[in-house]
Amino acid sequence: MKLVEHFEHGLDAPICLTWELTYACNLECAHCLSSSGRRDPRELTTEQCEAVIDELQRMQVFYVNIGGGEPTIRPDFWHLLEYAVAHQVGVKFSTNGVRITPERAAFLASTDYVDVQISLDGATAEVNDHVRGPGSFDTALLALRNLRDAGFRDAKISVVCTRHNIGQLDEFQAIADEYAATLRLTRLRPSGRGADVWDELHPLPEQQRELYDWLLAHGDGVLTGDSFFHLAAFGPADGSGALPGLNLCGAGRVVCLIDPVGDVYACPFAIHDQFHAGNLLADGGFKRVWQTSPLFAELRSPQTGGACTKCSHYDACRGGCMAAKFFTGLPLDGPDPECVQGHSELALAGVRTVPAASQDHSKPAPTRNQPVMLQLMTRPLSRPPVGDCAESPLAGFTP
Amino acid sequence: MSTPQLDEPWALAPSVALRPEPFGALAYHFGNRKLIFLKRPELVAVVRGLSCADDVRSALVGAGVPEASWPSYLAALEGLAESDMLRRREVRAA
Repeated sequence: MKLVEHFEHGLDAPICLTWELTYACNLECAHCLSSSGRRDPRELTTEQCEAVIDELQRMQVFYVNIGGGEPTIRPDFWHLLEYAVAHQVGVKFSTNGVRITPERAAFLASTDYVDVQISLDGATAEVNDHVRGPGSFDTALLALRNLRDAGFRDAKISVVCTRHNIGQLDEFQAIADEYAATLRLTRLRPSGRGADVWDELHPLPEQQRELYDWLLAHGDGVLTGDSFFHLAAFGPADGSGALPGLNLCGAGRVVCLIDPVGDVYACPFAIHDQFHAGNLLADGGFKRVWQTSPLFAELRSPQTGGACTKCSHYDACRGGCMAAKFFTGLPLDGPDPECVQGHSELALAGVRTVPAASQDHSKPAPTRNQPVMLQLMTRPLSRPPVGDCAESPLAGFTP
Repeated sequence: MSTPQLDEPWALAPSVALRPEPFGALAYHFGNRKLIFLKRPELVAVVRGLSCADDVRSALVGAGVPEASWPSYLAALEGLAESDMLRRREVRAA
């Protein structure tokens, strides 16, 4: 059996596990894939989190990607970080940088098994703050500066690729070089609040090509979290144009997500009832959910490519991302909404129902940190404007 | 960076852990966070045997690898050494 087939059948423990520690967040990013904002009152306690780490150690899950929400605003975050490292579970955590003070940066620089990932979705404040909110660019860069000045080596700069920042890839690389960091590019998913802005933000077809070419040119020097395997279909049908990585959907097979209340989902981009495998408090622990959930058994069974099996590029892209299809209302055994061969255009134009969110921790009312995704536009002056004092209800209307 | 030779003593680096898998094992380096798939159970046996073997040759013999396959195993060990998964030991095993 080839290695990739082992992965498709699932392993006894995940290779890569994402753990969202809290739904609370100081920001309100427009595309947040976990619809975060408010803390969930059922959030796992410190003791429950320690028990999860103990179990991961027994399963030899070597590292977890910790995220949120903003994980560092949990009061016990630094304790849990040290607890994990002391139990042979390495940590990479994602943060918007809000708590990476010079003191914390010095602490992080003193640890061996901790990796830090700062989210930045624009190489300029204008592009970044448009989706992440006012001030978030400066916060991220200050965190990067603190880490560099404290001697922390090789922080990651995590960029969600959007229509507005694909043209900035070289500028992102320059920022990474300036802060002795590594660039990590990932795909925008229509998950969580991302569903609301996906039409507006997802890269245009020609930008997909630009991104693919850029990634090919930069090879192993840039991380992608295996995000872009749908782009492999730009290459030859034999899959030889694949980008570095596993190039398959690992959901429920080699990856999964634990959410702040202990719910286990197939992947970080699939926080929805449809992909809910169980709860580690209610269903006897994480190992039991991972190994016995009917949903995961189904994901590990042979999949059919559906409409995609007719396509000569199917072996290269494997039909793309399950979450991207689900949250755009496309069939799971059909093409990815961003199929680079254009096979999803018909389905996207046709009748489809975008599934309703099954959880939402967004703040009930916007705060000053909420991004305002409005642009100043000019109205084309094809005809003279109607005067302010025109009283007719049909003023300006030309049948 | 040195390359494992048949008559040299080598061992798994201290910050590397192996997780058994049906295809062989996952090797994870906690320091540089590299993850490598050991795709054959025999290779896992060789790697595990290194630290208590006099040298690479005896680890290969101990794992029952036929001599004709040694070059490909040495190439695999070289790849592991490049990622700091394996390190040359200074002293021979007692």
